[in-house]
Amino acid sequence: MRTWFRRVWETDPRRDPNSVVYILLAFFGLTFPIIANVLSGGSPGFLLSVAGDAGVYLLLTLGLNVVVGMAGLLDLGYAAFFAIGAYTYAFIASNHLAVTPLHTALHVPFWIVLIIALFVAASFGVILGAPTLRLRGDYLAIVTLGFGEIVPRVFKNAATWTSGVNGISALDTPVLPFWIQGPWSGDRLEIVQNFKIFDPLAYYVIMLVLVVTCVVLVRNLQNSRMGRAWAAIREDEVAAAAMGVNTVQAKLLAFAIGAAFSGFAGTFYGAKLSLVSPENFGFSVSITVLVMVVLGGMGNIPGVMAGSLLVYYVIFILLPMLPDTATSVANALGLSGLTQSSGDFPGIGEFASRLKFLVFGLILVVVMLVRPEGLLPSRERQQELKKGTHDDTIIEDVQAEVG
Amino acid sequence: MSEETILRLDHVVKRFGGLVAVNDVSFDVKKGEVFALIGPNGAGKTTLFNGVTGLLPPTSGSVLFEGREIAGTKPHKVAELGIARTFQNIRLFEYMTALENILVGEHCRMRAKLWDSLFKLPRERREEQEVTERALELLRFVGIERWANSYARNLPYGGQRRLEIARALATRPRLLLLDEPAAGFTPQEKVELMRLVGKILESGVTVFLIEHDMKVVMGISKRIVVLDHGELIAEGTPDEVRNNPRVIEAYLGKQH
Repeated sequence: MRTWFRRVWETDPRRDPNSVVYILLAFFGLTFPIIANVLSGGSPGFLLSVAGDAGVYLLLTLGLNVVVGMAGLLDLGYAAFFAIGAYTYAFIASNHLAVTPLHTALHVPFWIVLIIALFVAASFGVILGAPTLRLRGDYLAIVTLGFGEIVPRVFKNAATWTSGVNGISALDTPVLPFWIQGPWSGDRLEIVQNFKIFDPLAYYVIMLVLVVTCVVLVRNLQNSRMGRAWAAIREDEVAAAAMGVNTVQAKLLAFAIGAAFSGFAGTFYGAKLSLVSPENFGFSVSITVLVMVVLGGMGNIPGVMAGSLLVYYVIFILLPMLPDTATSVANALGLSGLTQSSGDFPGIGEFASRLKFLVFGLILVVVMLVRPEGLLPSRERQQELKKGTHDDTIIEDVQAEVG
Repeated sequence: MSEETILRLDHVVKRFGGLVAVNDVSFDVKKGEVFALIGPNGAGKTTLFNGVTGLLPPTSGSVLFEGREIAGTKPHKVAELGIARTFQNIRLFEYMTALENILVGEHCRMRAKLWDSLFKLPRERREEQEVTERALELLRFVGIERWANSYARNLPYGGQRRLEIARALATRPRLLLLDEPAAGFTPQEKVELMRLVGKILESGVTVFLIEHDMKVVMGISKRIVVLDHGELIAEGTPDEVRNNPRVIEAYLGKQH
């Protein structure tokens, strides 16, 4: 731990801002419940719940970053694994199986489903990954796009098992075997058995633990034998194979690990919402997560995390607020006439809500123009986009040699 | 020096559609020698390397490495068995550092399982440290340790060629295939390369190289085979090959 602090202390943040971003993210993650409490004037439930949902996307981004950023396999159907994770929870942690041809409901505890969903999603990662192994680049992207469309459609049409478009509802609430209640939660001091988790703060804490676990694991992996093999495959698959990297195995592993994270995300999502429906896992989810990865800085873990939180904020908080904000700005400026519809003009609120995705598009375009390598790129990616200006490194090297 | 055969090609044929790139080629590479393959452009030399390393398996014929059939074996398996190679057009992992490039070479000799890496178990940390030390040693061995933390693409040309050799050596091969290692080198660099090949040979690795530069080939190889239009036209010591009329014809055309 001490060496870690020293390393952070001694790194120049202008050269390697990663440590700083990790610290900021950790600080933000730990203090968010307090911030939410202050911002909402004492009832942080809604904000914490939103943060939990943002965490789902954070997990998805971390997972897709393994596939796209680290191994360089463009996956446009990532939401499929998210769906598989969520449906896994729906099947084995609700009354639903009783109305399927199985006629027996399963109620596996949330904590165990997390592990099961991890393996189920990882297996599907391998199954869906296997036929794509001979493909590269654009071709791979198209096939994964196909999988992304097929999986929700299967859940939609296999109605006997999944109750189709209605989805599966009333999923089990996560339960702790025992929990200590006390005055801090407004109860008598006692040990409660089978404590049901409803409090958004509890979901927030679960999500925080999941995210931290995933970040630690992916980071370990990136600086390991397999992480280097992925990087090598991304750079030059033929050379990697000739150097003894089993490219088939490495790529399947990337798919499996990427999928495993969305298994986590899916389980949490199902448990928190208590409902899964095929509509929730469409193409837009895959694309949103991909945008988060690319905009944050492919391959760099704190980068994609920052990208994920930013894009989530824009899509799910900033844009929905846009009509109301526009209306109140118009009122404040004394232009309340604008808020009324007249002729073709629908009123500024409605007008802004129609422009939502234009605004989103503009934000994306501007960010990618200003930071083509992403907000916080990996050093490899930074170099790739600096082609032609790399001579200074050699000069530095020579200086190091002379000095 | 033993006369043990390390690599035997037996009637190897490689066709691309109607084109016969390598036609019925047979020869032996002996353990502990520097063996050279020469021939005009398009003679099928690199195709032969690709056939041996599994990148483009031969159409027919057999390739025996230490008595074991490897024709059609996957490239990573071939590397694991103990054959490493470099490429004619340098194929480094450009956006990884020189050190990381070599660590990729160590990949197939590392034992860390996914589990070990995920949780950074002590044995994984120990292994990481070991391979890093070995990689630094290899950088020193080829003389580019000062660029350990530079991106491979930022190394000067000669450094990149050396890094490729070091990366290949990191797989701990018993047979090293070098595809035109002296291409684009200055005379000084060629001398250094020949010295390096000598060092590699001393460390117990058999060297099989393709080279255009006759000074290099004649200077370091014990035996030479000559390929022309996919066919083996001569085999022997440098002196024998130099004076072989068919070789002279292949390189300079028929005498009138």
